[in-house]
Amino acid sequence: MKAHLTRRYRFAASHRLHSDAMTDAENVATYGKCNNPHGHGHNYTLEVTVSGPVAENTGMVCNLTDLDGFVQQEILGRFDLQNLNRLGEFAQAVPTTENLCTTIYEILQRGFRHAHLEKVRLEETMMNSFEYAGESGVLRD
Amino acid sequence: MVYLTRKAEFSASHYYHNPEFSPEENRRIFGKCNNPHGHGHNYTLEVTVKGEVDPKSGFVVDLKQLKEVMHREVLDAMDHRFLNKEVPEFFQRIPTTENLAITIWQRLAPKLNAAQLHRVRVYETPDLFADFYGEA
Repeated sequence: MKAHLTRRYRFAASHRLHSDAMTDAENVATYGKCNNPHGHGHNYTLEVTVSGPVAENTGMVCNLTDLDGFVQQEILGRFDLQNLNRLGEFAQAVPTTENLCTTIYEILQRGFRHAHLEKVRLEETMMNSFEYAGESGVLRD
Repeated sequence: MVYLTRKAEFSASHYYHNPEFSPEENRRIFGKCNNPHGHGHNYTLEVTVKGEVDPKSGFVVDLKQLKEVMHREVLDAMDHRFLNKEVPEFFQRIPTTENLAITIWQRLAPKLNAAQLHRVRVYETPDLFADFYGEA
């Protein structure tokens, strides 16, 4: 039988929202306080949902040790306590939480082999969150 | 179609062990969860049903009936129990969060009269939960 498994993780990072494609005035108008040149930070909460058949011999969709290990190494290890603007992923793209969410999805989609990736949900604060299930993904709740 | 979710909490102990694995395999695969004396969690259960709103009552489902079934089938059976030893489904099946969601679905589905079960979600901790939608 197929089940979904969701795990929550936390990391903290700083960013500045600024697009080189816009004038300074447009940047301020678009991003407001988030355009502060010195940047600012958030405590992000990441939710990773995977799915698959529950293996009879383990009772699991995937071993949490594998998921935790992958997320620790490839995601938390990369983004936690970093300035997102200085990372290669955001050399061209603005580190909005939308872009961070899809970037994390792509890392999992490319590298995590132990279960099917359903979606990534990223909370920037308790008041806003973003979800991505791939280009053709359908969010289900 | 309207979806309605009812929450409940229960506390139980469990451990993960497959008698077909060697002791080393059990320890490698299940880690600390293989401790035969068990360990416990405060589980949160979310049961979501769906249906059209009845024009007379304004309800998707009689919440009282849903609550009674959840109490009888889940809380009475699992709250303050050692799942491996006291819940028959887990005499064979390993009581992982995934299997708890499946087992709770299987207990509830035949007992709900009007409501159609949509999802069973079981939180083992606030940072780990499993969803079952009744899929084969």
